[in-house]
Amino acid sequence: MFPPIANPSVTDVAPRFSEKDLVRRSASTVPAPAERLTEVAKLIDVSKCIGCKACQTACIEWNDTHPEVGVNAGVYENPPDLTPDMFTLMRFSEWENPETNNLEWLIRKDGCMHCEDPGCLKACPAPGAIVQYSNGIVDFVHENCIGCGYCIKGCPFNIPRISRVDHTAYKCTLCSDRVAVGQGPACAKACPTQAIVFGTKEEMKQHAEGRITDLKARGYANAGLYDPPGVGGTHVMYVLHHADQPELYSGLPKEPRISPLVEAWKGITKYAGLTVLGVAAGVGLLHHLVMGPNRVSDTDEENAERLVRSDRHDSA
Amino acid sequence: MTAHDVEPDNAVHPGKPVTVDRYTVGARINHWITAASLILLALSGLALFHPSLFFLSGLFGGGQFTRFIHPWIGVVLFFSFFGLFIRFWKANLWKREDGTWLARIRDVLANHEENVPEVGKYNAGQKFVFWAMSVLIVILISSGLVIWDQYFSAYTTVGQQRVALLVHAIAAVAIIGVWIIHAYSALWVRGTIPAMIRGSVTGGWAWRHHRKWLRELVTKPGGRSGSKPAE
Repeated sequence: MFPPIANPSVTDVAPRFSEKDLVRRSASTVPAPAERLTEVAKLIDVSKCIGCKACQTACIEWNDTHPEVGVNAGVYENPPDLTPDMFTLMRFSEWENPETNNLEWLIRKDGCMHCEDPGCLKACPAPGAIVQYSNGIVDFVHENCIGCGYCIKGCPFNIPRISRVDHTAYKCTLCSDRVAVGQGPACAKACPTQAIVFGTKEEMKQHAEGRITDLKARGYANAGLYDPPGVGGTHVMYVLHHADQPELYSGLPKEPRISPLVEAWKGITKYAGLTVLGVAAGVGLLHHLVMGPNRVSDTDEENAERLVRSDRHDSA
Repeated sequence: MTAHDVEPDNAVHPGKPVTVDRYTVGARINHWITAASLILLALSGLALFHPSLFFLSGLFGGGQFTRFIHPWIGVVLFFSFFGLFIRFWKANLWKREDGTWLARIRDVLANHEENVPEVGKYNAGQKFVFWAMSVLIVILISSGLVIWDQYFSAYTTVGQQRVALLVHAIAAVAIIGVWIIHAYSALWVRGTIPAMIRGSVTGGWAWRHHRKWLRELVTKPGGRSGSKPAE
C-alpha cells in the first residue's frame, strides 16, 4: 500500500506554486523559474481498478461540473466520452487473452496525461491560455482561452473538449488547486482500492516498480509502466498488465507523440510564412524605389484619341 | 475571339482624354466587399497564426470574437468572390499572347511595356492573380470548414483536422502573397485604381496596358458611345 495523503489541516496554507513557477506559457514566453519544483505524478494502477467510477464522481464534485444526465447507450462508459463537464472517464474493454483463453476486463481511467511536452500547449494560439508548472501540471486558464479547438488537434491523447456554453476548453487539471495546498487529486482521494495514487514522480515510479514485480509474479510477464518518452514522459502514468499492448486499453496509444503535422504547422510554416510575406512586401517596395511608377504618357493618350477618331472616320 | 474580352458594359467615350468604362457599379461593389473580407480575414487569421501577431485580435474585440467572426467573414468572402468569378472568368481564359507576355515579364517589370504583345482586358499577371485567388479560396473554404470547431468538429477526425490546419495555414500565406502582388501592381501601374473606384480608365491607360482590349472596344458595334450600329 502507498500511504494515503493525510487530510488537510484546517488552517490557511499559502499555495505551494503559482504563476512564478511556470515553465511554459502558450503563445508567449516566460522567464525560467528560479527553482524547479519537485515533479509530481499520478499513478493509475489498472490492475487494481474495480471500475466503480468513484473517481468520476469525485472529479465532478470537486470541480463542480454538472454533466447532463445521460441515457443508457448499452456500454459501461457513462457518459460515452469525455465532455467539457467530465474530465475523467472509466473506459472498459473486454479482451480475450489468446494465451490463456481468459476473458479480461481491462478498465482504464482516461483523462489528461499532463505530458512533459504538451501538444495542446504547442498548438494553442492564445497567450497564456495553457500553462505548464515546473511540477509538471498542465493547466488551462479559461479567461485567456478563445475556444478555437487547436488544443484538441495538438493533443496526442484526444483529451480537451470545448464547452458549448462558455466556448473555452476543459480537461483534467490534476486538481492543481488541491495540489497547491498539499492535497492529492480528488480522484486519488476517492479511489477505494488505491488504484490511483499521487506523489512525486520518483515515488510513483518506485511504487510502480513494486506493483510490476507483483504482477509479473502473478503471471503477467509483460506488466510494465506507461510513461511514454515520445511526449517527454507524462505526469499521469499507468501500471498496465499488458504494457506491450497499450492499445488493448481502449486505444491507449503505443508511441504517442505530437503529430508531425502539428509540429510542421507550429514550426517551419509559422516562420517561413511570415518570412515569405515580409520578403514579398519588401520586393514590392524595392521595385517601386528602383523602377518607379508605371505612368501613362501623353503620347499614350494621343494614340488612344487617334484610334478612337480613326474608327469614327472609318465607320462614317 | 474577341467576345471573351469585351463585356457588354464596357464602352469607349471619345474626348480629351478618351475614357473607357472598365467596371460596372455592380462589379465594383462586388470587388470591394471581397477586398474588405480578404483584408479582415488576413488580419484575424494572422492573429491566430503567429503569437507575435495575436495583438491583431484586439481589432476584432479580443480572441474569442476573432475566433467567432473569422469563419463567418470567410463565408462572405467565398460567396462574394464567387460573384467576381462569374463576372470575370471568361476574360481570364488563357490566350496565346499571354505566354509571350509572361516570357517577357522582365520588360514589364522594367517599365518597358512597348516590348510585350498587346493584351486584352487582362494580362497574364492579372490572370495569374485571378486563377490563384480562385483556387486558393476553394482550398481555404474547404479546409476552413473542417477546422470550424463550433459547427463542424463532429464531422471529421482529429487526424483530418490536423491536415486541414496545415493546408489552411499554407494556403493563407499563399493568398496573402498573391494579394500583395495584386495590390502592389494596382499601385505601381498608375491609373489602375480609378478603374475599381470610378469604373473607368483613360484611353491612354487602355492604349498602354490593354491595347487589344481597346481596339476590340473601338471596333465593336455600339462599343463607342454615340455611335449606333449600322442599320
